[in-house]
Order: sequence, then C-alpha cells, then structure tokens
Amino acid sequence: MLHALGLWLFCLGLWLLLSGYFHVTLLLIFGALSCALVVFVAWRTEVIDPEEQPLRLRFNAHILTYWPWLLWQIVLANLDVARRIVDPKLPISPTLITLKPTQRSDLGRVIYANSITLTPGTVTTDLSGDTLEVHALTREGADALLEGDMDRRVTRLEGGR
Amino acid sequence: MAALLDLFSWLMLLGGVAFSLIGGVGLLRMPDFYTRLHAASVTDTLGAGLILLGLMVQAGWTLVSVKLLLILVFMWFTGPIATHALARAALVDPANPRPLLHEEPPPSKSSSISSC
Repeated sequence: MLHALGLWLFCLGLWLLLSGYFHVTLLLIFGALSCALVVFVAWRTEVIDPEEQPLRLRFNAHILTYWPWLLWQIVLANLDVARRIVDPKLPISPTLITLKPTQRSDLGRVIYANSITLTPGTVTTDLSGDTLEVHALTREGADALLEGDMDRRVTRLEGGR
Repeated sequence: MAALLDLFSWLMLLGGVAFSLIGGVGLLRMPDFYTRLHAASVTDTLGAGLILLGLMVQAGWTLVSVKLLLILVFMWFTGPIATHALARAALVDPANPRPLLHEEPPPSKSSSISSC
C-alpha cells in the first residue's frame, strides 16, 4: 500500500512538472485521476514491487559525492577520447578485460556496469554472475579500471545496507 | 549579468556542437565496430549534455528547464543500456567479426595522458 502511494505521488509530481497546470482545478483533478489509473494498472499487472521503485533507491551520503565524481570522470574521459579522435595518428589500443566487481547486490553491480559504459572509452559487454567483461578503447583506460577506484566507490555507495 | 549568462550558455552550446562533431568524425575514423561505439558515446554524453545544459541556461528557472533536465537524465540512464545491448549482441553472435585487439605490451608510462 505504501509503495502504491509512493508511486502515485511520484507520478503526480512528474505530471505537475511536465504539464505546468498548477492553478486549473479541473485539470489538476484529471491529472490526479490519471495517475491513480496508472497505479491501478501497475497494481493489476503486479509491477508494484519494492525492487522496481525509483524511490526505494537508498540515498546514503556517498551518492552525493559519487555523482559529481562520476560526472567529472565522464568529462575527463570525453576529453581523452576526443583528443585521440582528433590526433592524426589515432593512438588507440583496444583491449578486452574481465573484472571481478566487489558489489554484493545486483543493483550495485548494475550501477557499476552502467557507470563504466557511460564513461566514454569503456563499454561493459557482459555482466554475468560475478564477472564483468569490459571493452576499452585504450590500454590505459583498461588499466585504470583494473586499479578498481570506481569499483570501490560503487561498493561504498551500497555500503549502507 | 544577462550578457554573461548568454555568453556562458553559448559557450556550452558551441562546446556541445564541437563534441558531437568530434564524435561523428571518430565514428568515421575508428577501425572497427567496438571502437566506433566509444566514439559514439562522446556524442551522447558530453555532446548532448552540453547542448542541453546550454539550452537550460537559455530557458532560465522555468518548467522548460525541468523538461530539459529530465531529457538529460533519461538519456544518461538509457544510453549505457543501449550501448551495452549493441556491444553484447555483436560479441555473442560468433558470425560477427571479433574486436580488433591490441597485442603489444602496455605503452610506457612516460606519456602523460589523463586516462579513464
């Protein structure tokens, strides 16, 4: 029940932000009703599940430092890849490596794999069990991942539970 | 102040255009499918990100900015999934060419490149 209410509030907030009708009562009622319909359909199809809730994502203090850090890493990686593309010699050294992530939960591993893919120059090609396969544009990028700085940060991120 | 904000947003827009262009050039220059993926991800992280941020500065504190932010968030959440699906689909099918791999030992540490 709490999850249903959370989903409804989330939908309503999104509807308000997207529509911008803060003062038209009739439209507000319609919006609330359509959000309720969404919750009803979600309940009937049994997708209201604690696992799927966006609100359920645990916000511990580390996420506040992880996102800016990841953003900065993305900027650095972008500059690096862009520089290599512009370089007439095209200094790339494609590498395929296997990583052993230290996260315990599926969500943690997915966050790690997605962070790797979001950073230009490295793409997660396989995530099965407790191994990750990563294709890196350069040897240096692969080495940086093998050092495991990002892995430790993501593990700290899920450390709250 | 307004002129400064305008300049700032135009710098970001131009930066986004530059990164998108470089991503496109990379798409043409890279030798195989897997390395092309890396070039494409320059376009959809910093290229699109800077353009959307620049547009958000242009729009100011309005609902338009909220929508632009949502576009950015959804793009950054779904982009990696699509890239991963492409790379995995290419690797799993044995009929596809294997990635070109660099066989030599790692280059010397003397090159001062910020790697990630």
